[in-house]
Amino acid sequence: MVEAAYIQKVCVVRAKEVVVDAVSRFSSDDASFVDFYKKAFRELNPDYPKFFKMDALSKLAVLAAEYLLEGESLDDLALVLANRSGSLDTDVRHQAAIQHEGEYFPSPATFVYTLANICAGEISIRHGLQTENAFFVSENYPIDTAFSYTEYLLKSGKASQVLCGWVELFEEKYEAVLYLVSPKGTKKHTAENIKALFA
Amino acid sequence: MSFGGAVYIHDFNCFTPLGKDADANWAALVAGYGAIKPRKIGFLDEVYASQIGTSIAEVDEAVGEGRLAYMLSQAMAPILDKHRPTPRTALVLASTKGEIGYLEKGEKKEAELYRLAKKIAAKAGIRTEPIVVSHACVSGVLAINAAKRLIQMNQYDEAIVLAGDELSAFVLSGFQAFQALSPFPCKPFDADRAGVSLGEASACLFLSREPSMFTIRGEGAINDANHISGPSRTGEGLFRSIGTALHEAKWEAGAIEFIAAHGTATVYNDEMESIAFNRLGLSGVPINSLKGYYGHTLGASGLLETVITLKSMQEGILLPTLGFERLGTSQPLNVLGGVTEKKVQRVLKTASGFGGSNAAILIEKIW
Amino acid sequence: MQQPNNIIYKIEMAELKEELKGKIIEVLNLEDIAVADIADSDPLFGEGLGLDSIDALELIVLMDKEYGIKLSDPKQGKSIFQSIDTMAAYIAENRTK
Repeated sequence: MVEAAYIQKVCVVRAKEVVVDAVSRFSSDDASFVDFYKKAFRELNPDYPKFFKMDALSKLAVLAAEYLLEGESLDDLALVLANRSGSLDTDVRHQAAIQHEGEYFPSPATFVYTLANICAGEISIRHGLQTENAFFVSENYPIDTAFSYTEYLLKSGKASQVLCGWVELFEEKYEAVLYLVSPKGTKKHTAENIKALFA
Repeated sequence: MSFGGAVYIHDFNCFTPLGKDADANWAALVAGYGAIKPRKIGFLDEVYASQIGTSIAEVDEAVGEGRLAYMLSQAMAPILDKHRPTPRTALVLASTKGEIGYLEKGEKKEAELYRLAKKIAAKAGIRTEPIVVSHACVSGVLAINAAKRLIQMNQYDEAIVLAGDELSAFVLSGFQAFQALSPFPCKPFDADRAGVSLGEASACLFLSREPSMFTIRGEGAINDANHISGPSRTGEGLFRSIGTALHEAKWEAGAIEFIAAHGTATVYNDEMESIAFNRLGLSGVPINSLKGYYGHTLGASGLLETVITLKSMQEGILLPTLGFERLGTSQPLNVLGGVTEKKVQRVLKTASGFGGSNAAILIEKIW
Repeated sequence: MQQPNNIIYKIEMAELKEELKGKIIEVLNLEDIAVADIADSDPLFGEGLGLDSIDALELIVLMDKEYGIKLSDPKQGKSIFQSIDTMAAYIAENRTK
């Protein structure tokens, strides 16, 4: 059971830049969004060809988690994620594949990503996290719910640390703000401090 | 007592192809009616699925609020009548695809789930920001778990837990591409099972700290971390989800008297469940899957099946698994063959889904 | 007569195999794998390209979309999708477009 929890580490991915604890870790100007994801992921040099088969939302989530969890203990680490659009970006692709009778070719590899929580599943697979998992959909990051839910996991003993945050992607717009809540650190896990991450 | 104090389940209801409320559903289930029939949906000519009848569709057109919103408000209506929302009442909505039909018309933003939740909350007079759990086929069970947890953390005093998903060409086409649709009404746990039948439903229940007939003793929702569509070969996530729920309840597995399983009738899912239950020593516990009656109602299924199981405990009658004839899993299971009169106090409800997700909840009837 | 026909058949098969490799790389998003990296007899699943169950379903869609071949029984896929050789042979025999 974790009594005092801290926001140990933060990773923000937006505007073709990856920032970890306020330090820029990767940025690219010239690349398209697709190239940005690829290059930013390759930067860490992981041997993980599955990354390139994921939909865009999962790529964003796995990329941000890769930077956040680099060098961290993965012990008993739960996931609490949220976004606004769910899997809408991929939903639109699946709809396009079934819209017209003459060109009706639903793709299993697209369809499987038409669920918001798949990106959490991809992070779990990538890091072997057989732990508590929840995905919420909300207009803005549900600060109070994410805070309470995370505190519940830690205080009830259902997790020792929690990867929390926002992974939003629709068409050209994307933003990931992930943070690691654990017994280590100096910035207390409070609703106020979470709010500051989104300011 | 579990961390955060006891949370109780009060009233519950559902709205499905088998009936407009919980009582009507119960009567149909006991009589052995199933809702899965051949239907023409989208470009699929003959597909076995369960769908709410046309008479109801006419009603919703008159109401003009959208079909799923109508289904949800119907399930919620008797709960709202009894429990007027206070400033500390949460609405937790579980859905996988919400109003996905908007995409066909090119209205992308309208399909966003949070919009549906806000619409429902406003109409119901709920003043807190609605919470949407969208976690594949475990959404319904996970929504109950999440509501319980947030009450235990004192974010709310009480919660309306609501779940719904519609039958759609969107989802049917995907399951077809996955070659996961059964060519006959689905047969959970059966040797000849050949995939899912899809369906639609909505369900609702009310949670609070005020004592009531049912209480949640423990719960968990743990990922397989194995594959995004294939169930774990060892049932690891389900095994652990039940394990964490038992730990919270301080129960031995032997305390469980009945299992309301997920039982989708795909070859791999039902096999995975049999392995997980066997690992926990639950092979002899009476078990059912309600998918044979309703089909797989996705994000609604976990809540709908919980509602029917609560009714089952009240009535002292356990329901069989429609479509089941001969066990077809590698591990033994005690799948009920017929309507069985038996009073049970302690039940386990489980769900599993895409993304490696699993959820389990232990409910006790205390009077 | 037989000899030239045979040559034309061989050329057509070689072209079909190249085309197939390109399509597989594209639809399955095989990053860092080029047409030249796939041998005709390489196993596609397991040790070979490391494809999984979703890829197998995706290949069924590819057969339908590109060659007008409908495979309704996933078990059929097992023998057809062993390698580029077996896939190309099946397509040449059964294609409707």
